[in-house]
Amino acid sequence: MAVNSEPRKGPPQRNSIGIAQWVQENLFGSVGNSILTLFGLSFSVWLVWSVVDWAILRAVFTGSDGSACRIEGAGACWPFVVHKFQLFMYGRYPVEEIWRVNLTYVLALAGLIPLMLPGIPGKLWLSIYMLVVFPVIAFFLLTGAEWFGLPNVETEKWGGLLVTLVVACVGIAASFPLGIILALARRSELPLIKWLAIFFIEFVRGVPLVTVLFFASVMLPLFLPENVTFDKLLRALIGVALFSAAYLAEVVRGGLQAIPRGQFEAADALGLGYPQKMGFIVLPQALKLVIPGIVNSFIALFKDTSLVLIIGVFDLLGIVQQGISSDAKWFSPQTAATGYVFAAFVFWLFCFGMSRYSAWLETRLDTGHKN
Amino acid sequence: MKGPSKPPSPAKVSRSLSDYVYDPKTRGLVLQALVALLLVWFVGSIIENTIRNLEAQGIASGFDFLDNTAGFDISQTLIAYTNTMTYARAFLVGLLNTLLVAVVGIFLATIVGFGIGIARLSGNWLVATLASVYIETLRNIPPLLMLFAVYFGVLKTLPSPRDSLELPLSSYLNTRGLYFPAPIWGDGTWLFLLGLVAGLGGVVLLYFRARRKFILTGQAPSVAVPAAGLIIGLPLVAFVAAGSPLAFEYPVAGRFNLKGGLVVQPEFIALLAGLTLYTAAFIAEIVRSGILAVHKGQREAAAALGLHQGQIMRLVVIPQALRVIIPPLTNQYLNLTKNSSLAVAIGYPDLVSVFAGTVLNQTNQAVEVILITMSVYLLLSLLTSLFMNWFNARVALVER
Repeated sequence: MAVNSEPRKGPPQRNSIGIAQWVQENLFGSVGNSILTLFGLSFSVWLVWSVVDWAILRAVFTGSDGSACRIEGAGACWPFVVHKFQLFMYGRYPVEEIWRVNLTYVLALAGLIPLMLPGIPGKLWLSIYMLVVFPVIAFFLLTGAEWFGLPNVETEKWGGLLVTLVVACVGIAASFPLGIILALARRSELPLIKWLAIFFIEFVRGVPLVTVLFFASVMLPLFLPENVTFDKLLRALIGVALFSAAYLAEVVRGGLQAIPRGQFEAADALGLGYPQKMGFIVLPQALKLVIPGIVNSFIALFKDTSLVLIIGVFDLLGIVQQGISSDAKWFSPQTAATGYVFAAFVFWLFCFGMSRYSAWLETRLDTGHKN
Repeated sequence: MKGPSKPPSPAKVSRSLSDYVYDPKTRGLVLQALVALLLVWFVGSIIENTIRNLEAQGIASGFDFLDNTAGFDISQTLIAYTNTMTYARAFLVGLLNTLLVAVVGIFLATIVGFGIGIARLSGNWLVATLASVYIETLRNIPPLLMLFAVYFGVLKTLPSPRDSLELPLSSYLNTRGLYFPAPIWGDGTWLFLLGLVAGLGGVVLLYFRARRKFILTGQAPSVAVPAAGLIIGLPLVAFVAAGSPLAFEYPVAGRFNLKGGLVVQPEFIALLAGLTLYTAAFIAEIVRSGILAVHKGQREAAAALGLHQGQIMRLVVIPQALRVIIPPLTNQYLNLTKNSSLAVAIGYPDLVSVFAGTVLNQTNQAVEVILITMSVYLLLSLLTSLFMNWFNARVALVER
């Protein structure tokens, strides 16, 4: 074995063993283990085979309506997804205005990607762009600005992935500061503020999102003066944001409780006021501690956006469901399965991406102070 | 501060206005007063607007509507219900349906979740990988999507009642649900029940005796065989002695539908399957982290004492892991109960679907209906967490 004089960087390498020994140790260590392996193997083969068989071998790839998918023994009905792709992505957003949605996506990515990658300078300006400039631009781009030559597009026409992303992003953007405020309020020494926060958080966490959405959809209009009316999408957004804020508040509270007393006292000793103490000393440490929890809340929120279909806002799942159940042209035994697999894949992609990003960020931000 | 260097009492010091402005106590009081004023104004204007809006739309208020005739049918009822009964009765039917799916779902999700969580830690690479694929897939898909997939993608594509799938034990599966023979208990059932109760009591007695002997002498007598004899044999003898008072009503193919037998609605199956599979993925992760939280030394010590793998798991690891597992597990149970409200999307007659859906549409009394619905879930959450806290306290006490 050659001596390697170069010190190797990175984590220590595992003892390497041969493939045969690895298989022996990990798959056929004992009789029971071998039986398990054989079971697992046949199950995996069956699973992979059925997926490949359904999605590729027996699948229908061409056709302009459901007739091709109606033949006996056909698998996935992909033309359904291909033909409705634009509907699934943008809902009934006018075709000639779709560039505005795409432009919004590009603007969002232009801010988000450099913000998410460490090592890129100007995080402060990027944050200001994402939190202040971008929302204003996005609002006018998506809803329209007559004075700028952009025709109005009512939110009734929005749908599909666009609505999913709008609800999720606005929900995240609104619930994050709200959640922090609630968490701080719950830790406050002022009894009235503390009990208000506890009441709100525990109430919202005790009821299902469906009832919160019902509340937002049928009770909010009653609360407002007669001449004020709310857009249906806006009502859904309020419901989702309030719901998510309560969960986020508990996550942030966990982080606040993990900060040692000494940090608070040191800040007090330096003569910092409450906003300075929290903003400069406590919150940066607390939020870093609970990154996994925050991302989990966001993933939950992203999945929860699908519930808005119950109050008649058509997000990705809602519009796929509508395409499956109410379009007779595409009716076939496999249309439903194909649509759901497509929607599931899109949701999975976003949620899994977020969870991977958080795991990666966690290791990067680890300053070695845990344990 | 109590000590020799006690500051002079505030009453003796004259205080200027700026002292009050910078006094944290005064500031706190002023801030709270402002918040209280704001709250009163906010709530007051909401109530005022609501009353005005309700009057303008001619909607009644109060809870009198609960005594009115419901006038709609419910597809699954655990208690007697007809459409001539009141809204209050419909509410009860919906509530029971919610509880049914929640309890069965919690039971199944716990079993599946523990299985997959333990499988994920298996030394067998293939089994561990399959378990993590399951977890990573199902955790990242909305539960509503899974409900739809099971309901519209699988159950609604089953054959029509005319050519139902035949299952063992004279059960049938078709697009209207799962049909299986309904047991009909005849006279003398009480003898069988008596046998069952006596058998159970005997097993409990046996267990305590064996436990006492174990504590006193260190010898653990085997209770499995006599316990099995008591719990199976005794009721069986009673059953035969009573003259086998059990008959079955089998589902029979009618012209358009199967008649007779017990039916499990497809909506119930879909809701149960969706909730179970989704929640199980989360429970599996909780179980895994709980087991990993048990120190390695515990396993090694148990192995050094000569316990085999099953005993190490059952007697050493799981009891300690439970302490870590129970609090987040409670959260998952609550989530499952709350997620059961997704039933409204596939038409399972749960509380939200019956009460906040149909009753709300018929009466328009949004405020009362939504308030009642929310309070029920709040109460359920409260009860579940109380129970789990009690259970948690019991498990935690084992620690020395």
